[in-house]
Amino acid sequence: MFTFTIRRLILTVPTLLFISFVIFMIVKLSPSDPTGNLPLTIPSEVREQIREALGVNKPLMVQYGLWLKQFFWLEPRIYLEQAFGWDMGTAGETRLISYQTRSPVMDLIMQRMPQTLMVVGTAYLVGILIALPIGIISAYKQYSVFDQIGTLVSMIGFSVPPFFSGVLVIVLFSVMIPTDSLFWLPSIYDTTHEVVDWESFKYQFRQMIMPVMVLALQITAQISRFTRASMLDNLNQDYVRTARAKGLKEQSVVLVHVLRNSMIPVVTVIALGIPSIFGGAIITEQVFKVNGLGQLLIIAIQGGDVPTVQTLTFIFAILIVLFNLIADVLYGILDPRIRYD
Amino acid sequence: MTLKTTLLGAAASLAFAPMAMADGHAGERGRDGNVSIIYWQAPSILNPFLSGGTKDIEAASMIIEPLARYNETGALVPWLATEIPTTANGGVSEDLTSITWKITPGITWSDGTAFTSADVKFTADYCMNPDGGCAQVTKFEGVTSVEAIDDLTVKVTFDKPTPFPYGPFVGGESPIIQAAQFANCTGAAASSCSTENFNPIGTGPFKVVEFKPNDVITMEANDNYREEGKPAFASVTFKGGGDATAAGRAVMETGEFDYAWNLQLSPDVIANMEKGGKGTPVAGFGPLVERIMLNQTNPSADLSDEDRSVIRPHPFLGDPAVYQAMSMAIDRPLLVEVGYGKAGKVTCNWVPAPDAFNSTSMTCDQQDIEGAKKMLEDAGWTDSNGNGTRDKDGVELSVLYQTSTNAVRQDFQALIKQWWSEIGIGAELRNIDASVFFGGDAASPDTFQKFYADVEMYANTFNGTDPQSYLANGLCDKAPSPSTQWQGENISRFCNEEYDALHAQLAETAGIEARAEIGKKLNDIIVQNGGMIPLVHRGRLSAHANSLGGVILNVWDSEIWNTADWYRVK
Amino acid sequence: MTDTTQLDAPPRSQWWDVWDQFKSHKGALLGAIFFFMIILGVLFGPWIWGIDPTFIDIRSRNQGPSLAHPMGTDQLGRDTFARMMAGGRVSLAVGLTAMALALGLGTLVGVLAGYYKKIDGLLMRTTDLFLALPLLPLLLVIIMLFRDKLNAAFGPEGGIFVLMVAAIGATSWMQTARIVRGDVLAIKEREFVLAARSIGTPNRRMITRHILPNVLSPIMVSATLGIANAIITESALSFLGLGFPPDFPTWGRLLFDSVDYLQQYPERVMWPGLAISLTVLSVNYMGDGLRDALDPKIRGR
Repeated sequence: MFTFTIRRLILTVPTLLFISFVIFMIVKLSPSDPTGNLPLTIPSEVREQIREALGVNKPLMVQYGLWLKQFFWLEPRIYLEQAFGWDMGTAGETRLISYQTRSPVMDLIMQRMPQTLMVVGTAYLVGILIALPIGIISAYKQYSVFDQIGTLVSMIGFSVPPFFSGVLVIVLFSVMIPTDSLFWLPSIYDTTHEVVDWESFKYQFRQMIMPVMVLALQITAQISRFTRASMLDNLNQDYVRTARAKGLKEQSVVLVHVLRNSMIPVVTVIALGIPSIFGGAIITEQVFKVNGLGQLLIIAIQGGDVPTVQTLTFIFAILIVLFNLIADVLYGILDPRIRYD
Repeated sequence: MTLKTTLLGAAASLAFAPMAMADGHAGERGRDGNVSIIYWQAPSILNPFLSGGTKDIEAASMIIEPLARYNETGALVPWLATEIPTTANGGVSEDLTSITWKITPGITWSDGTAFTSADVKFTADYCMNPDGGCAQVTKFEGVTSVEAIDDLTVKVTFDKPTPFPYGPFVGGESPIIQAAQFANCTGAAASSCSTENFNPIGTGPFKVVEFKPNDVITMEANDNYREEGKPAFASVTFKGGGDATAAGRAVMETGEFDYAWNLQLSPDVIANMEKGGKGTPVAGFGPLVERIMLNQTNPSADLSDEDRSVIRPHPFLGDPAVYQAMSMAIDRPLLVEVGYGKAGKVTCNWVPAPDAFNSTSMTCDQQDIEGAKKMLEDAGWTDSNGNGTRDKDGVELSVLYQTSTNAVRQDFQALIKQWWSEIGIGAELRNIDASVFFGGDAASPDTFQKFYADVEMYANTFNGTDPQSYLANGLCDKAPSPSTQWQGENISRFCNEEYDALHAQLAETAGIEARAEIGKKLNDIIVQNGGMIPLVHRGRLSAHANSLGGVILNVWDSEIWNTADWYRVK
Repeated sequence: MTDTTQLDAPPRSQWWDVWDQFKSHKGALLGAIFFFMIILGVLFGPWIWGIDPTFIDIRSRNQGPSLAHPMGTDQLGRDTFARMMAGGRVSLAVGLTAMALALGLGTLVGVLAGYYKKIDGLLMRTTDLFLALPLLPLLLVIIMLFRDKLNAAFGPEGGIFVLMVAAIGATSWMQTARIVRGDVLAIKEREFVLAARSIGTPNRRMITRHILPNVLSPIMVSATLGIANAIITESALSFLGLGFPPDFPTWGRLLFDSVDYLQQYPERVMWPGLAISLTVLSVNYMGDGLRDALDPKIRGR
């Protein structure tokens, strides 16, 4: 397993390079333009000058090479300098600059990270914590009332998109409930809010409730369905009968033996989901104005901001490759019969 | 907008200053705590020269200011200057080639240093630097030199007589930035100055505390602001992002915010929000017109890339009966009612404002389906093959009708399609994401410049109050084509010798009446010859909390131009 | 290649068994009946209900449910009932086809990657690539490159349909592939597979007879989630102007358009929301029943 991991890690480098190239080509080919959002009162010659100043018209390969150099060579050195106070000779070099804000892309990402992790990360955690018990109980008591309700809620939860459920909870909790009520929740997330004491923590908690719940509903629906299905498959297996026959406690049969063997699809789904935490949640972030990485990405796409889209997507790609590797390693731990070499 | 109105504006502004002091909300600076503003498009940068986006210009207008602004009536008012230079007061030279601005003495930057003519000159150099990619360079069109005569006097010289010399340093698009701060940020270095671009030092009522690009700006009152007791608010939260519905809701229904910008929502939705009782919508009208452009060239997909939407004529849109019937079939009052409510008016004109330029020679507020049918009938367009659309000589009256994605525009498309089908003109609808439609990417077939459709709908306007450069969008040589990488502002590819000659005459004419006369003629030529079908004169609709006083919506300049005068209603 | 010669009864009887089991599953039967009714409704409803879904009757806009308009009218006075039926056609067609495509592709890639060690690396790195691609720019590129060609080949509506189905299918098969592969990796090492292999079962029959039936349940879950996903994605694409023309109703679009009117006319959001949820629910129960019916262990009980 160790050699497998090392081999896969080495293989990751060319994979990621290839992915970065494909992403670059797609982003460049797509017909959004950095001057597209400007008012029509700005004439086309001026737009052309702006494009020229941004370097949009340079040859594609030059632009890609520059991005590679800035992302892999310059930016890491700048962060090392900032962290340790070294001088690595980065002064005077042009950093990876976003077209829209004319500021370093990596700084934008760092600035967005806290609120994204806070909201989307919490939602994921809450989602998993709710989904696993629901999935297990629904499978164990298949077709019970609990299972039926669980199915109903998770299916409706999955088929109702966040652009609707988000607005629905805002209307319920921000508009219909008077502002001075205990149950009133803010409809607009305050990204400048800092938690310093109990009061500010309470506010932070209140402003997170709605976005976290809307997101968690989707995540719960998905994970609980896969958990249930996989548990059902395993509950009928011979080894379960054997374990029961051996006189093992029912609890340990279900929660240790069956659950462990049912985890493979669940681990896959969670491993696919974790990178998306960093990708943010585009629609939910828009609805509640969380302005995290998802909002950064969508604004950058709409504004033809190639460096930002490219960098964000590539970081996302790194996480996908990494977490899929982790999932593969976990398969081997969950089921020692799985071998890769 | 020239001398006469300018003088009136100058006079009005003199009356304006004491009035503001006398309205009973005076007090010490920062007495009213925090004010919160929400823009559903988040500002990305606070340097208007590098962005050009409305959201960025308006956010920056609270911090950096021009020498003169337009007020809510469209009149020029001095801002950092003592008066508006005119030929009458000697500020504009007799031959119209130079303008001299006098700066009000005693103005300081928010860091306490003096505001001088050197800053003004620097701003011009900054924007006119060819490597900087300045978005507002048209403001400086024709400028040959900007000289600092003394600390408080700046002279701008033009390369030819300029009847309207109020381009540089006028309006929210052309504020003054501090020379000391931006000295190392000129030319190609402009992009790398993110600290400066995010925290410009200004003369305005507020200064930046923290700028989170595309998210939120925190500002506080400028201690060195020139007017005693202003601004009333000690701090500002300027939030961006989301959508217009959420912004309107946050002001009018939940009361979380004090001011919401540009609520492009259907009137039903606005009316319902108003019932929330926490805020009020306000509307103002500039020259923005929602129109249908008629393609004068042939957009057929069977043509080669060099010929498509380039060669003339269009198979049928050149026929006066066709475009007039298309216009007659439209019920404009209903469009206003469905789509814009208070923020819309019926218009038949391309230039509906300022008033002097608004032509009155056409009327179009009556839908006339029968008249339209008869007109087509008389011109020989009949449904000879019984497929529901009229035809003549094998040409079917069927159009591809495209626009950008936007709820109101899609409603308009559906309505107009139905009206056209009633008079026997078929329409296929297409909507395109705004970032692609207005993106101008020469490789994309879906940009509004390429116009690979028969008709398309969008809105356009112009800055300031003089439409000369806007009217230039109807000139023959401004038509986009492959040879210009599809750049060019004459979207309908309108081409008319009389129009071109008349526009050349406009460029040499001084005097508001004479200019307005020519402007109206130009407007009539393009509309009557089938360049476009104007639909709705659109206003800007914003909303403020009932507890926020002093809001004067301004569509001629930055919408939030007078934040210094805002106060909390107690 | 077939093993029917060894059986006394014709193979049809096995499918009767499956059908019997399926029928005994109450949820599945209800789901199937309901699903069938929705299909019938959207297919034949528009013939019976004579109102054109794009016809604007501006005088009767924003009406509540009545006899003339059982589901009310929208902001332009179009009949919501007619729009729901017309929208259902598109949404169901896109949802089912795109789901089937994604599922087929995902299962194929997943099974091949899990079963054949040699191509596992290549297939999974391709999956990583597809997972990493930015969806929106990718779709913009696809549409820019292929729309006109497909329109020429299939006509405007057919072209967009093919494009939407292909775009949604091509960008949503990866999760199924990863999940199926994970399960196949584990099943491959089970005793019954070793037993089958020891008697010389060829790979192809191994996959179809032994591996596939055992990964059916995650596939069924993916199918249910996939339909909902495809219907919503279709609405997002149309909204961005990448899909069907703006006056072409679909369930996702009706839902999206009516969210602004949530407070004034809540029923307008309810109809499409309910339709999507019920379709997904009925597919879910059908999937449950089908999985049980195909599992010989349960069928025997």
